[in-house]
Amino acid sequence: MSAAHQIAISTRALDLWYGAFQALRNINVSIKDGIITSLIGPSGCGKTTLLRCFNRVNERYGNVRTSGTIELLGKNIYDPDISLIELRKSVGMVFQRPNPLPISVYENVVFGLRIHAAGGRPHKAELDMAVEKSLTEVGLWKDLKDRLNDRATSLQLEQQQKLCIARLLPLKPEIILMDEPCSALDVEGTRGIEELMFALRGRYTIVIVTHNMAQARRASDECIFMLLGELVEHTRTNDLFLNPKNPKTEEYIEGRYG
Amino acid sequence: MTTAIAPSQRFIRTRHVARKERQQSLAKWLFFSMTVAMIIPLVAIVAFLLWKAAPSLDWQFIVDVPKRGMREGGIWPAFTGTLYLVVISLAVSAPIGVLAAIYLNEYAKDNWLNRLINLAVINLAGVPSIVHALFGLGAFVYAAKLGYSILAASLTLAIMTLPVIIASTREALSSVPRSFREACWNVGATRWQTIRSIVLPNSISGILTGVILQVSRAAGETAPVMFTGAVFFKAVEKGTLFSYGLNDQCMALSMHLYTVSTQVPNVKESIPFATAVVLLATVLLVNVSAIGLRVWLRNRKKW
Repeated sequence: MSAAHQIAISTRALDLWYGAFQALRNINVSIKDGIITSLIGPSGCGKTTLLRCFNRVNERYGNVRTSGTIELLGKNIYDPDISLIELRKSVGMVFQRPNPLPISVYENVVFGLRIHAAGGRPHKAELDMAVEKSLTEVGLWKDLKDRLNDRATSLQLEQQQKLCIARLLPLKPEIILMDEPCSALDVEGTRGIEELMFALRGRYTIVIVTHNMAQARRASDECIFMLLGELVEHTRTNDLFLNPKNPKTEEYIEGRYG
Repeated sequence: MTTAIAPSQRFIRTRHVARKERQQSLAKWLFFSMTVAMIIPLVAIVAFLLWKAAPSLDWQFIVDVPKRGMREGGIWPAFTGTLYLVVISLAVSAPIGVLAAIYLNEYAKDNWLNRLINLAVINLAGVPSIVHALFGLGAFVYAAKLGYSILAASLTLAIMTLPVIIASTREALSSVPRSFREACWNVGATRWQTIRSIVLPNSISGILTGVILQVSRAAGETAPVMFTGAVFFKAVEKGTLFSYGLNDQCMALSMHLYTVSTQVPNVKESIPFATAVVLLATVLLVNVSAIGLRVWLRNRKKW
């Protein structure tokens, strides 16, 4: 990591409406490359909406209108020559409830490779290698190497969630978006995912939405506090929790509302 | 703070409780008796049909042709006629219905037009078959100049089954959890890749069941085929399967039942009942196979 971090995601004057309801108001944010940034704030503050902007998957959820710009790695993702397929290949997402596809572990991991294969089928050896590499990276290889043909939906929740992360890796994503990835997991599972996030930091830019302030504090380098669709404060996580500049941030992290 | 209740008087059955319990058991018996009232006619109909049909009911009855002005013999031409009508009508309505439903459920935006189409589909499913019959007569027999024929009758049946197939297919598609679709979108799958690799494999059992259940409707309806292509009598060879051409008129089981029950004097008493049993058995067989298919396909998916 270079001393001066490059910017992975930056938005300018980003507004977003669901029908007549404005969910994001004038968001200007720069998220640094290669670190973990957490998005916190009370329910309905727009953190998941903002997260879903970064690979434009918002647009699949019906009546959404945006204005402003979002630049990912220097490219405006609202440019007319953007392919949403290529964008989402580079910007993967992990969800609240682990959502492995109802196929085998193996097929889950190579799903992305299969759908993005240009012409013809990808070679078996290539797929096998990708499976081993991705599962090793998320720490599942040892447990699952003999269960590759099991149904992914039969795994434990923690394994399922790690598999969902492993599913993104063969596509060599630059950014991984996580939408409350631990809220369905127990303490052990949460620890497992957080350790995995630390292991992936540096190679991927990670943006994580969380309801759990303790998690934001433990597991992120920078922290963004949002309220009612607006960005209130964005700074290093330690600073945000120790010396919040905005009184609203202070009240929230002290638990006076939320 | 506790009120002064003697320990022996605690938690005992008061008159108020006894009344509630009486009401509860009354309700249970009411619901049970209605269930019995529903089952009795069902069993009675089947038993009565079988008992009345017994003298005529054998394999010969199915593969033989009607004789002596339908007063004797079998029902082969009507049986094959119904087979033709059902197969051709579903061959038309199933692909159109299923593909249209996929479009409406997976691609079309949820706007007023989509909702209007949905409303129209649901309403069309409730249109009486005699109305479809008149439409078929006007559109296929006269306007499209198909004449009274198997083709016109099949298309009429297809129009009739289409809305139900669309509705049941949409139902099956929307039962696939959204999280599967999200997982696909977020690795950059196109909608078609999502449909082909995840949505269809997980909804195919529901889709097929919906389609197969329409077989019984297509086989049982009388009005649409009577108006557009089914006839009183058609001479075909005994036991041959390919006895009709697309432009021929044909006999049909439902129509035949009507004919032998009301239009022909001095029919052997068991013949209409045996015809009904064959129709019923055919429909039942198809429905059972639909259920079997559903169970088999469902056992293969676990989420």
